[in-house]
Amino acid sequence: MAEFTLPQNSKVRKGKTWPKPEGAARVGTFQIYRWDPDDGENPREDTFYLDLDETGPMILDGLIKIKNEIDSTLTFRRSCREGVCGSCAFNINGTNTLACTMVMPKSGMLKIYPLPHMPVVKDLVADLTIPYAQLQEVEPWLKTKTPAPQRERLQSPEDRAKLDGLWECILCFSCQTSCPSYWWNGDRYLGPAVLLQAYRWIADSRDEYSGERLDALEDPFRLYRCHTIMNCTKTCPKSLNPAKSIAEIKKLMVARQ
Amino acid sequence: MARTPLGRVRGLGSAKEGTHHWWMQRVTAIALVPLTLWFVVSVIGLVGKPYAAVAGWIGNPIVSVFLILMVIATFYHAWLGIQVVVEDYVHAKAVKITSLLLVKFLCFVLAAASIYSILLISLSG
Repeated sequence: MAEFTLPQNSKVRKGKTWPKPEGAARVGTFQIYRWDPDDGENPREDTFYLDLDETGPMILDGLIKIKNEIDSTLTFRRSCREGVCGSCAFNINGTNTLACTMVMPKSGMLKIYPLPHMPVVKDLVADLTIPYAQLQEVEPWLKTKTPAPQRERLQSPEDRAKLDGLWECILCFSCQTSCPSYWWNGDRYLGPAVLLQAYRWIADSRDEYSGERLDALEDPFRLYRCHTIMNCTKTCPKSLNPAKSIAEIKKLMVARQ
Repeated sequence: MARTPLGRVRGLGSAKEGTHHWWMQRVTAIALVPLTLWFVVSVIGLVGKPYAAVAGWIGNPIVSVFLILMVIATFYHAWLGIQVVVEDYVHAKAVKITSLLLVKFLCFVLAAASIYSILLISLSG
């Protein structure tokens, strides 16, 4: 049956509480999931306090400040710090989003966990091996039978506009790991992020492999595990609509019958 | 050695089906909107009426045909829907296969019994 509770060795315990900064007018509370693969302990939730007047405005600024000044063992992915690279996706206050584009909430209260239902590498680093392999499986690149032209492939502004809302995806996998259907059947369901990428190439007027792409998706699990729960669209930090991409794929499946 | 991540994801390949299942779930859902509304309104209209009146209503040829259509659409829709729920949540192989078979058999038995009952009243009237 489906697992609705965490296994014994994954139960999150209360961890260390670090001292509050002295003389701070505005204090931010960061409750952060910690797990170290080497110590054999259960995961724990550490509490850090930051002087928000001394911290940058974004959640990621807080995480970097904690790592620099309080606990250098805190492990998380980050790179561009401006919503372009997709590295710093975490579950923050119950919603998957990018730490770098989320402003510190007024309450200053934060609960930061790794992306849900993925194996954890360490602390906030989720193991995304399977989603990456799923992305590879949909061959997210231009494929043609026509030999490559001498110059660039032309596309009308109208055809180019069909890729708007698709090309902006930064593959942070916030949507992928917010989808209950992906939690229960992630070994076979490709998930919203990967299906959006698949549709990005199906919708591309220069691509000549739409039929083969649809063939590869036509499966009760790969595509049809989407039950329009819409968590993907709700959580997307780039305000994209993966659920709509999946619906468009389903429409094409019917159109070619 | 365990399979590579890509090997795991590629698995047994695409089943090349699923569209029919998905489409028929939508078709039966659309069909059930007017059928169910008509059925509920009719049954409310029959509340308190004697047995003969109800049997007479079912015996009407048009009513019989639409009742049979509603039974087919309902149990086809239920079978498709419950199958997906089982596939979603039941991961133990034996329980999963048993549940899927039971759901299918139950829907067919209930549909056959319902259609037989409607015909019995309709044709014996």
